[in-house]
Amino acid sequence: MKVAVIVFPGSNCDRDMYHAAGEVAGAEASLVWYTDTHLLNDVDGILIPGGFSYGDYLRSGSMASTSDIMNKIREHAEKGRPVLGICNGFQILTESGLLPGALMRNKNLSFMCHQEELIVEDNENVFTKLYDKNEVVRFPIAHGEGNYFCDDETLNELKANNQIVFTYKNNPNGSVADIAGIRNRAGNVLGMMPHPERAVEALLGSEDGLRIFQSMIANWRSSNAVNA
Amino acid sequence: MQLTHSINPVKIEQDRLYQDMGLSDEEFEKIKTILGRLPNFTETGIFSVMWSEHCSYKTSKPLLRKFPTEGPNVLQGPGEGAGVIDIGDGQAVVFKVESHNHPSAVEPYQGAATGVGGIIRDVFSMGARPIALMNSLRFGPLTTNRTKYLFSEVVAGIAGYGNCVGVPTVGGEVQFDDSYEDNPLVNAMCVGLINHDDVQKGIAAGIGNTILYAGPPTGRDGIHGATFASDDLAEDSNKDRPAVQVGDPFMEKLIIEACLEVIHSDALVGMQDMGAAGLTSSASEMASKAGTGLEMNLDLVPQREQNMTAYEMMLSESQERMLLCVKTGREQEIIDIFEKYGLQAVPVGKVIEEKVFRIKHHDEVVADIPVDSLADDAPVYHMPSKEAEYYQAFQQMEAHRPNVDNHGETLKQLLQQPTIASKEWVYDQYDSMVQTNTVVTPGSDAAVVRIKGTDKALAITTDCNSRYIYLDPEEGGKIAVAEAARNIVCSGAKPLGLTDGLNFGNPTNPEIFWQMEKSVEGMSAACEALQTPVISGNVSLYNQSKGKSIYPTPVVGMVGLHESTAHITPSFFQEAGDIIYLIGETRNEFGGSELQFIQEGKYEGKAPYLDLKIETERQKKLLSLIRKGKIQSAHDLAEGGLGVALAESLFADEVVGAKVELSGNATVELFSETQSRFLVTVKPENQGAFEEVFADAAKLGEVTADNKLRVKTNNETILQEEAAELKALWKGAIPCLLKSKA
Repeated sequence: MKVAVIVFPGSNCDRDMYHAAGEVAGAEASLVWYTDTHLLNDVDGILIPGGFSYGDYLRSGSMASTSDIMNKIREHAEKGRPVLGICNGFQILTESGLLPGALMRNKNLSFMCHQEELIVEDNENVFTKLYDKNEVVRFPIAHGEGNYFCDDETLNELKANNQIVFTYKNNPNGSVADIAGIRNRAGNVLGMMPHPERAVEALLGSEDGLRIFQSMIANWRSSNAVNA
Repeated sequence: MQLTHSINPVKIEQDRLYQDMGLSDEEFEKIKTILGRLPNFTETGIFSVMWSEHCSYKTSKPLLRKFPTEGPNVLQGPGEGAGVIDIGDGQAVVFKVESHNHPSAVEPYQGAATGVGGIIRDVFSMGARPIALMNSLRFGPLTTNRTKYLFSEVVAGIAGYGNCVGVPTVGGEVQFDDSYEDNPLVNAMCVGLINHDDVQKGIAAGIGNTILYAGPPTGRDGIHGATFASDDLAEDSNKDRPAVQVGDPFMEKLIIEACLEVIHSDALVGMQDMGAAGLTSSASEMASKAGTGLEMNLDLVPQREQNMTAYEMMLSESQERMLLCVKTGREQEIIDIFEKYGLQAVPVGKVIEEKVFRIKHHDEVVADIPVDSLADDAPVYHMPSKEAEYYQAFQQMEAHRPNVDNHGETLKQLLQQPTIASKEWVYDQYDSMVQTNTVVTPGSDAAVVRIKGTDKALAITTDCNSRYIYLDPEEGGKIAVAEAARNIVCSGAKPLGLTDGLNFGNPTNPEIFWQMEKSVEGMSAACEALQTPVISGNVSLYNQSKGKSIYPTPVVGMVGLHESTAHITPSFFQEAGDIIYLIGETRNEFGGSELQFIQEGKYEGKAPYLDLKIETERQKKLLSLIRKGKIQSAHDLAEGGLGVALAESLFADEVVGAKVELSGNATVELFSETQSRFLVTVKPENQGAFEEVFADAAKLGEVTADNKLRVKTNNETILQEEAAELKALWKGAIPCLLKSKA
């Protein structure tokens, strides 16, 4: 499976994502600079990493969401191919409208970085098939603006369509309904604040994130086997 | 108010305007001799920043020469942006510490942020990828609104810059003491990783080669920052806020990536960041180091403000700027790389044969200075030194033994002392995990980052107990280095070398200079014994305000190497049934201790004694046992002694307790701060192997499954506490102080 890790000016988890998806999980990963849109033509999955694209200036994720490469990513998503946005990547996905809602400053107004326990709420999508429903996993969080917000109508829709993929066991940032990660209705676009790419090796404290990448790869294999 | 507009040379001399820039009469005379004429306004400014303490180390140089700086693995000692030590397999580690004290006192967020930015640039300008940040902070007691503001904003500034730039802040230390009330200390350390082949030097070599200016345009910020840092912090220091720079971590991130791409081009000759004294120091030093001269046209320098004078441009400390020397005819290759990142890189000058530093502006030569005179002819002062008056009195004091009725209550008090209490409030705000290498996150003796693609890891720590150094600079200096090495060894690594961040008061006071001299002697002795050369460093003097000096605070930033990640050893107790040992005897030593401060509200008497031979031997033995897999956990004994170390050993996520029995005086055993001691746990099956190496270690008891801390002396329980309760007090102390009204 070929996956592209998008590098915006100011992305800083790009190489971590490349390491996790490529070197650890075994996908054929490449780093794609945001102006090299043509390099997305033949990739099977797109990963939007964390960091501070454009310095988080204006509003986190907002400037990156207007770049040309987002059109390509949108097309890709519409074709049902996987798009995973982590941390700043999640912010970019909400800013671009690929996912609903917005990410506001943490309730305590401070950046926070530590391990959090998450509950897997939905395992019927490209990214969490290898998890059990209601399984508790440990992922690091590292964000200043991870306080997920949406209106009641959107929340009801998210709930009705099983779009809430991860919730926090102990909500650290004030997110609506303890939301840590959501997906689109089709289940091929996932945005989440916690960092699965930081939880793929026991040496660093948790391997719980590895199955996100493995699920994506397994899904690609099975769908390609069907096509072939 | 600093003068920034041109004044004629005669008037500069007559009205002694050079004094406003920090130059003495003698120094001005020397400049006249060097030039053979009167310096003009711009030249006076250039000399004043290059000869400031901050850039020239004119009073500390004679002391710095005492440090051992060489070792078999040292690839680059002091003198370049940062030092470099070989770690095998063609790789090396690059590191340095830098202070940003005065800026942080008047503008804490930007002061701390630009401190982080500056030290990162020192490391990547060597060609290394920055992989970890540490910091060492000192504030007054958390009881006034100003201190709370300084503390919160400094932490926010470090977080704001480090998090954005994508270098993990993996640890550090924060201490609180009256002496830092007006003059807080903000020292930042950066560690980088490099392949030997990629090591860059800041040189402008090759006659005719082009000098490129890269990064954001020059503005009027930070003018005379180096001079501001080289004087006492005045009561009206708020007027110096324009001397504080403003940081842009996003820009820095782009510059890092561009520079790390540029180093792979053989069109690059040399590269240096524009740190203190900006364009002046980077350009003149690059030429001086290469034995060349340099000509620069300021009309070509990107400017973000109108009508900037030559003086302003040469002295501006606008951030995130780099100066590169590039082979003639190949400039475009380098410019293209910067352009990819949306950055400007423009030719501003060239390398010339004549060894002069020649600056042109509006078709006029505005400075023409023998280039070596800026770096090499800076005056060196041998300051008078006089033993501090308090010292003899302290030395003659009887060893004091505190009275403790309730050891449990005393332990609780100690755990809530801000210097000992959990710093989670601080480090939770730092991204400590980006780059996915952090094996041991903040809160342990040393942070550990693995090196991808190898089985190796690096241990990093910053240490300095300034109370001991105040009581006895020489002994305290030894302790600072030894404690750092102890932390590295406890984590399972071999100490490689260190960077020193020397923070002192006003060196023209002979008693302050004596503190500097003695502490450097003590540190040097410890460096020799422990074979940890000093590979880089920074000196920050004039840390005093209203005539009150800070405690002498020579911060030690040390890096060690884990030959295998299997050697990484936790500082927390691991499993019920493990045997608890104390390595090292305990003496009645409370001078400079936390308990002394709690009981008496001051520090006095003798500092703890340190025997470097014993220290070295114990560290070696412990490391060999760790490497053989015989040690479950290792923690060094520091502030608050054994009692605090025992409690801290129970504060990990795993629920364990400890049952220990002590002999001797309970208060001394629990709270004395005797040096060279380690608290270790060993699996029962390794008891024999351990005792063979440490025959004289005291077997204190064992790790239990019940999350209680129990201490007995002479068969009598003197302390029994729930570890969870102790942890709650320890964790809650700093947030609680910040919330309470001043």
